[in-house]
Amino acid sequence: MRTVKRVAHAINTNRMLVVGISLIAIVILFGIVGSGFVTRAQADVGAGRPSRPPDFQHLLGTDQQGRDVLANVIFGTPSTLKIGLIAGFVGVAVGSLLGLAAGYWGGAPDSMIRVAIDVFLTIPNLMVLIVIASMLSGVTIEQMGLIIALWAWMWPARTVRAQVLTMRERSYIQVARLNGMGSFSILYRELMPNLMPFLAASLVGTVAAAILASIGLSALGLGPQNEPSLGLTLYWAIFYGALIRQLWWWFLPPIVITVLLFIGLFMTTAGLDRIANPRLRASV
Amino acid sequence: MTLAYVARRIAVFFLVVFLAVSINFIVPRLRSTNPVEARMNEFAQQGGGNAANIKQLIAIYNEKFGLDKPLWVQYLNYWRDVLRFDLGTSIAFYPGSVRDEILRAAPWTIGLLAVSTILAFVIGTILGALLAWPNTSRLFSVFVPVFMTLSAIPYYLLGLVLIYLLALVWPVFPTAGAYSTGTPVGLTWPSVLDIGKHAFLPALSIILAGIGFWGLGMRAMMVNIIGEDFMVMAHAKGLLSRTIFFRYSMRNALLPQVTGLTLALAGIMSGAILVEVVFAYPGIGFLLFRAISGNDYFVIQGVTLFVILSVGLALLILDLLYPLLDPRIQTQR
Repeated sequence: MRTVKRVAHAINTNRMLVVGISLIAIVILFGIVGSGFVTRAQADVGAGRPSRPPDFQHLLGTDQQGRDVLANVIFGTPSTLKIGLIAGFVGVAVGSLLGLAAGYWGGAPDSMIRVAIDVFLTIPNLMVLIVIASMLSGVTIEQMGLIIALWAWMWPARTVRAQVLTMRERSYIQVARLNGMGSFSILYRELMPNLMPFLAASLVGTVAAAILASIGLSALGLGPQNEPSLGLTLYWAIFYGALIRQLWWWFLPPIVITVLLFIGLFMTTAGLDRIANPRLRASV
Repeated sequence: MTLAYVARRIAVFFLVVFLAVSINFIVPRLRSTNPVEARMNEFAQQGGGNAANIKQLIAIYNEKFGLDKPLWVQYLNYWRDVLRFDLGTSIAFYPGSVRDEILRAAPWTIGLLAVSTILAFVIGTILGALLAWPNTSRLFSVFVPVFMTLSAIPYYLLGLVLIYLLALVWPVFPTAGAYSTGTPVGLTWPSVLDIGKHAFLPALSIILAGIGFWGLGMRAMMVNIIGEDFMVMAHAKGLLSRTIFFRYSMRNALLPQVTGLTLALAGIMSGAILVEVVFAYPGIGFLLFRAISGNDYFVIQGVTLFVILSVGLALLILDLLYPLLDPRIQTQR
């Protein structure tokens, strides 16, 4: 019962989180429910006549090569999310392991990990991703997620390290240590549960950054070319000058979905931050 | 500022250079086939350039990379070229060097980004400060959701919408480019006006997206400052509200904002690739985009290396200067 009450209270006080999660849910539902109305084949070249405005057969018209725009957005949304989730989970997993190690053991591992964080943060992720993606001839959704994960672990690592540093000297950790608990059980049973809100907030933030990078790469023509994705739809729209030709049904739908998704992710991160960081609660 | 801090910071910079150059060296060699030759052949088949040029390019490539030599010799040669800032020859602009292409494009990027970043900072900071001020009209609070929306949207998507609205549906601004082809670029009135008109929409999309970011940051800082004791004291002394706003709260809240601004300015080169693509603005980002779509391999490598090094160098200078500007910064951790 107490958890139910706490959730209800959280919903009342943390509107930001609720709206954010709802927006993300709408985007996900759009992908799932939509796939019942269009077939995957309609998202491919030659599904209809090229560059046609919306009609009953193609609710959002077709692009230059006869792909159905609605089908492209419907099948492109889950694959864009998938790239973000793969990169986000891998990035947060690797980052939090490094952050835990650095914060808990200190000393040489800590200085090495800190230098690595600084170095990787200095290098703009898009630049390295461009070099890697431009050398591979065609990537899959999964490979794309893993490539982006290469540059997605630093912020989680930094957040977790900072948190562990403040927790390490707390009395409950001292007690656990005096009880003869090993390093790994302290990490796993004492530190991890307290890190959960921070991990959740940094997961959402990392997923958002990964989706941003994936759409950027795809819009430059470096993403997966065989699977529809939001970035790829934008790439073709830019490539064929959909804007100049005012084919609004082609370039607006991916923009609308992307914007909804990013606002949702932004609000969710802000809402989770408020839970993880009580200092923010009173002030804003 | 301790010596250890300076040493560590410089070491990080050299590691950045080392990593960037090594990635550029290793990634192409991970493939079993020779990617550059393959791409150049593709390029020849597409009928771009004449066969003699392509042959010459392959010769330059082979000499430059010396693929018959052992790997460590190739690696050292690569470093030698990078240190000379010799980034190879562009395929699309043969025989133009990659270095010249980069130097031609960089001023456009720096100009567009510096102006729009600073404008976004000034507008966003002032609006953010007003938002947190208790005396500000309640109506002003509509800016909070607006700021959140703006800071969440990728700026290039904003750019696409702006082109559609202000260049096509209601054509006040040009859709693409940095200047009209007829006007010679120079420091004359028509030219400056022309450049300004072309830069307006790309700048606006960066500014709009930036205002949200700076505004939210400033608001959060101001809220903290307003709760401080010295603010109560200032009110008790009966100081003018305006004085308290500017001299007491804004001035104190500005420091983290200024740090953010310097970071943003350091990252200028990597900042607007997609905006430049969307607006066909002839800066670094557009150069990179054309190189990617034309498989202009040396240009891709050259631009990415240039961007990484310039961001790394700017951040190094910033980190070394910053403790001098703000004595409160603790360099020893």
